[in-house]
Amino acid sequence: MAYSEKVLDHYEHPRNVGSFGKEEEGIATGMVGAPACGDVMKLQIKVGKDGVIEDAKFKTYGCGSAIASSSLVTEWVKGKTLDQALEIKNTQIAEELALPPVKIHCSILAEDAIKAAVADYKKKHGE
Amino acid sequence: MLKLPIYLDYSATTPVDPRVAEKMIPYLVEKFGNPASRSHAFGWEAEAAVEEARAEVAKLVNADPKEIIWTSGATESNNLAIKGAAHFYSSKGKHLITVKTEHKAVLDTCRELEREGFEVTYLDVMENGLVDLEAFKAALRPDTIVVSVMFVNNEIGVIQPIAEIGEICRAKGIIFHVDAAQATGKVEVDLEKLKVDLMSFSAHKTYGPKGIGALYVRRKPRVRLEAQMHGGGHERGFRSGTLPTHQIVGMGEAFRIAREEMGEENERIRTLRDRLLKGLTDIEHVYINGDLEHRIPHNLNISFAYVEGESMMMAIKDLAVSSGSACTSASLEPSYVLRALGRDDELAHSSIRFTIGRFNTEEEIDYAIRLLHEKIGKLRELSPLWEMVQEGVDLNTVQWAAH
Amino acid sequence: MQLPVYFDHNATTPIDHAVLEAMLPWLDTRFGNPSSRHEYGRAARRAVDEARAQVAEAVGAHATEVVFTSGGSEANNLFIKGAAACLAPGVLAVSAIEHPCVLNPARQLVKRGWNLQMLPVDEEGRVDPARFARLLEQKPKLISVMLANNETGVLQDVIGLADLAASMPGGARAWFHSDAVQALGKMPLDFRALNARGVHALTLSAHKIGGPKGAGALVLDKRVEIEPLIAGGGHERGLRSGTENVAAIVGFATACALAVRRREKMATELALLRDRLEAGLREIGATVFGDRAPRLPNTIYFALPNLDGETLVTQLDRSGFAVASGAACSSANPEPSHVLQAMSVGAGLARGAVRISLGPGNTAKQVDEFLLVVKSLVSKLLSLTAIAV
Repeated sequence: MAYSEKVLDHYEHPRNVGSFGKEEEGIATGMVGAPACGDVMKLQIKVGKDGVIEDAKFKTYGCGSAIASSSLVTEWVKGKTLDQALEIKNTQIAEELALPPVKIHCSILAEDAIKAAVADYKKKHGE
Repeated sequence: MLKLPIYLDYSATTPVDPRVAEKMIPYLVEKFGNPASRSHAFGWEAEAAVEEARAEVAKLVNADPKEIIWTSGATESNNLAIKGAAHFYSSKGKHLITVKTEHKAVLDTCRELEREGFEVTYLDVMENGLVDLEAFKAALRPDTIVVSVMFVNNEIGVIQPIAEIGEICRAKGIIFHVDAAQATGKVEVDLEKLKVDLMSFSAHKTYGPKGIGALYVRRKPRVRLEAQMHGGGHERGFRSGTLPTHQIVGMGEAFRIAREEMGEENERIRTLRDRLLKGLTDIEHVYINGDLEHRIPHNLNISFAYVEGESMMMAIKDLAVSSGSACTSASLEPSYVLRALGRDDELAHSSIRFTIGRFNTEEEIDYAIRLLHEKIGKLRELSPLWEMVQEGVDLNTVQWAAH
Repeated sequence: MQLPVYFDHNATTPIDHAVLEAMLPWLDTRFGNPSSRHEYGRAARRAVDEARAQVAEAVGAHATEVVFTSGGSEANNLFIKGAAACLAPGVLAVSAIEHPCVLNPARQLVKRGWNLQMLPVDEEGRVDPARFARLLEQKPKLISVMLANNETGVLQDVIGLADLAASMPGGARAWFHSDAVQALGKMPLDFRALNARGVHALTLSAHKIGGPKGAGALVLDKRVEIEPLIAGGGHERGLRSGTENVAAIVGFATACALAVRRREKMATELALLRDRLEAGLREIGATVFGDRAPRLPNTIYFALPNLDGETLVTQLDRSGFAVASGAACSSANPEPSHVLQAMSVGAGLARGAVRISLGPGNTAKQVDEFLLVVKSLVSKLLSLTAIAV
């Protein structure tokens, strides 16, 4: 499998790896995928009072493309409102990382992770 | 200095031993005759070399040279043995038995026979990868004509009870085929003792060249086959096609070296394998796949839980190893062999097959151990599954969002 | 000891030095299995891919149309049996002078309900178009006619026959295969052009063109559905399983590229040698088979009156010349050549058949020496025969 330079860069130097403390304010978590399918992504967002995503962290069990896709979206969601974050499409992720067709599902999973995190936030905050 | 990547994939293929290459080259250059040419010295010289090699192959497995048929490799041997025997003996019955952990060359051949109207039983293996003899006996039917069980599994290196299965088959007059592609030079094969009727061999798993293999066809009691490749009637009609002299010479030399050196070599390799095993088992949550007792000393197949296989392979690209068998590793399917052991998909995904060979050193093994410690640690830091397990979550109770 | 002069290039050829050089790394440091995903494997995969493109280019095919096999015999078996397995049994037409690795698979199909029709040839060894046209009325589903015969070197008008087959009555369609093992490197070969006229598959072999034994290919129009002969692992788009013989495949590709580049010059040179040799043989009364038909530039198939071919060949070997009596594969077979039988050559003359097939290493000096040796052998052998009688 030939990986693009960008995938390799995110894989070698993943951005924003980790988890927020459970007691921190404004945290929401999206967990998507399943171990049996070979990928699980956990995306956490920290939303400020103004509704803007201040910070994001991830952990991913998956291939290099899955790790890169989730690493990339932690960068992209920062500074966006929840609605703006929801506008991130898997095609943009796939394009940015030059994912081959067999790896498109990784970008879909990353998009799903954003949606799941936002939904979790909205659920917790009664929206 | 270590040469990277370190080759630890000797079950996928081996380098040609320099002694083998040296012996092959004259048969590419000045001794280029067609062994079937009966009218001149070029042909006779090639034919003599072919027969000398045939004797060497026979000697490694204690067979008669007349029982050795050249093929293009173990895949062709498996096809010829199973289809050839099934077709020849089809008037006696239409049932075959094989095992779920066989190589694709056996499984796909059996599937083909099923499409032709044969019935095939695919035996489960026990958790250690071995065939359960009781289950095997229970699967036998009055119309069973062929049984095919591999000697050594390519992924997990376990050694099947060939002698026992052979006794059972012989007593019932069933043709017994054994794929020994992974066995030659690694375990003793004595066809005087083993009640095996057909056995497949490959050169390129035993430091010989690719593109050549052989099929042992027992003469006493005589085993009959329907040829799969027809033409000039080479190999006593069992397999037509010009014999590739240089490759045959290479296989002969490779098997001669195996016979003379396997005793010592296997002990050296066992020491390296045990060193690797010891170096990796202090990592938490690692699982050895397949029985450690009934196993060739060359193989170590380990699953690293909570780490995904492909990213792990990326992380350890300084090691040339395989995840799943060489033939299926292009696909993202978890190894069917590990699944047959009852491993769940995650563990199957995160397995690495290390196969150690003639040219590995202690230094290389130590490098591999260090690299794996570092990379497995890094990937687990990245893994949400690892985090959950550390927090005491039982992953089996989690409702995963399907996608 | 001086090596004998090799005049048996249709049986096999010495490997070209450049081919050996290209192969060696793949036996040595670059030994990976092309199916392995690590760098050893990927390097081997790239080599097989490049080789496929080279072979394709040499014969005017697309890389995806090339299926590597263990050699010509396997490729012929693969096409005949593989294509038949995807069709309901019907008529199968093969020329009577095909190599045994076409004829015998064809005979196997009879057991599966196929009706095997042998296409007769004329006295020059050419398939008769009128007889072929008549056979087409039976609407064959599979046809195999070789481009050049291994024994006589006689060329078939494959394009002409394919044209006829393409206009079969009632719009019936046959898959048309041609064994190009002897044609490759000795005559122009363009699969695209052949394919456009209705030839769907070609068989190639490496060791007849200065490549290694153990590699060949079936060049196959993708519209033709075939079943693999060898299952397991799904290599070669599922048409031929088994670990690729990387070194031999690389050698095959190198040999193809060289053969195509050198073909014209070599053909001219070999034709001159052949003519010189043939003229000399005629002087001593030789009959040359198929000499009025277009032939490969390197092959002479001849007989001398009252001289047994086996005897002459044995004597020639002792005198330092390697030639063949009949095809290499059937040399063990004492039956007169099926090719000569099909050409209606009498049994007496057929028993005298000797094949000389020249190659790039041969020289005018060798030809002249050979003629001298033959002349002296002939007078010696004939005087012995005379005494015996």
